[in-house]
Amino acid sequence: MSAATHAAGSAQAVARGAISIENVVKVYDPDGAAVMAVDHCSLDISAGEICMIVGPSGCGKTTLLNAIAGFHEITSGRILLDGEVLCSTEKPKAEPGSDRIVVFQNGALFPWKTNLENVAFGPLMQGTMSRAEANEKALGMMADAGLAGVEHNFPGEVSSGTRRRVEIVRALMNNPKVLLLDEPYRALDSLTKSVMHEALLEIYYKNKVTIFFITHDLEEAIFLGHKVAIMTTRPCKPKKILDVDIPHPRDYGVLTSKRFRELMEETNEAVHEEALKAFAAGEKEG
Amino acid sequence: MPARKLVFINSAYWRGAVSIVVFLALWQIGSLSKVWIKWEAFEWVRTALTALGFKPVYLPWIGAVPAPTEVLHAWLGVINDPGYWQSWYMSFFRVMAGFIAAMLIGIPFGLMLAVSRTAYGIGFPVFEVLRPIPPLAWVPASIIFWPTQEMSIAFVTFLGAFYTIVINVVGGARSIDVRYFHAARSMGSSQWDIFWRIILPGTLPSIMIGSAVGMGITWEVVVAAEMISGGGSQIGGTSGGGLGFFIWNSYVGGSYEQIVVGMISIGIAGFASSELLRALGKRVTPWLQLR
Repeated sequence: MSAATHAAGSAQAVARGAISIENVVKVYDPDGAAVMAVDHCSLDISAGEICMIVGPSGCGKTTLLNAIAGFHEITSGRILLDGEVLCSTEKPKAEPGSDRIVVFQNGALFPWKTNLENVAFGPLMQGTMSRAEANEKALGMMADAGLAGVEHNFPGEVSSGTRRRVEIVRALMNNPKVLLLDEPYRALDSLTKSVMHEALLEIYYKNKVTIFFITHDLEEAIFLGHKVAIMTTRPCKPKKILDVDIPHPRDYGVLTSKRFRELMEETNEAVHEEALKAFAAGEKEG
Repeated sequence: MPARKLVFINSAYWRGAVSIVVFLALWQIGSLSKVWIKWEAFEWVRTALTALGFKPVYLPWIGAVPAPTEVLHAWLGVINDPGYWQSWYMSFFRVMAGFIAAMLIGIPFGLMLAVSRTAYGIGFPVFEVLRPIPPLAWVPASIIFWPTQEMSIAFVTFLGAFYTIVINVVGGARSIDVRYFHAARSMGSSQWDIFWRIILPGTLPSIMIGSAVGMGITWEVVVAAEMISGGGSQIGGTSGGGLGFFIWNSYVGGSYEQIVVGMISIGIAGFASSELLRALGKRVTPWLQLR
């Protein structure tokens, strides 16, 4: 059963989930003091690509993610998904939809639902499956992701790493074009993180969705991404876009490879520069 | 789910039992001290103080409280009295009537204030002005307003729980993490789904907290209301006016042991109500019973 779903998933993958961000501007204007969070940001992400967005905390990365997901408005510019306009100057807020699912920074599994109920939630809401069908698919996907045994636990009963995996599976249940991850592993310790990275890649190789992954960890970015966009500190726009030419599938051996080190060196300075700017800006504001 | 622990080998129960036994022992010793300590021997201190122009001061002394043995004796005296059980029944009935009415009206009202900005704008100011009025300040007005004394007592107990439940529901519903709404919206939930699957379960913990606090206030209020209003005595005669009236009646009748019997009865009744709510809470919020 699961083999068939994966085959269908990867067949569609080629054409699904290309994102174009074109000249997006976001100005926050809470009380007259206009703050530019995103400044004429343009970025193209191909279908089925893992694009890592790296930048200092508070630089406006999450603003971009919220605009794609349809949680917040943009001021001008436009964002397209597979050639269709999600949001633009005329229609500043995209409609949230199951083709773009967010995995949140601190996790947003519903604590009052069991892991299985969480995973089966999307198709039930969209009315695409009966409860029995949704449960069956959810059980299959959870087993594939190594989550057998925690189905009937509440999210509060399992480790944070497991919760994050459940949330990613919950997102994939909706058969999304794009997975939007907002620093999903920020709160995890580095050992759990390394396990989570390989788990994510494994899930990705099976499902081949486009991944928009926000992080401030350069190592994580180069290890996972096809493409790494290093963003300037507020206002946010790409400072440097790196194509990671290490072939997928990857495993943790990559971290010690020569090419990985070279790419780290190539980008480290750019990231550090922005981090310093962010720090200085923070001091000024404070 | 982890296997449930056997109730009787649970050390918490032993600690509870020890705590009650120690409490009773201290109380007994305190009461007996009036026998052991010969106050006449200290009479000269009082005389001396009075001679120096001080006013003699009496300090409260636990010896004035009836000992647990005397209370137990008084209890055995009323245990076969239907009037005593009638008092239990009346108070329980009033608490439950007021409390259930407060839940039935307070939970939907609170949810409405939380989800609708219009409802909040219209409803909340009035609510906030009425809320600081203590339920007991409503007693005279409600005696005038309600046709029977029984209804006026039930109304006052209702007020005791109502405000707390509403405030907790509003606060609980508003503090639901916005990420849950975002996640639900992304996955295609309608407004209806969001209400039933996010707002309601997300507010349940606060509903249970509000109910627990409200239940406590309800007991406080019912007892005071019974004392003030004469316990709705037209219903069950002089001894059928609820536990509050039972205490008041014992005081007027000079039976100090019975006062304590009444007090402990309320303690037990309140404890039983809280346990009932706790059991309900475990059932409706299973995800909170994990750690």
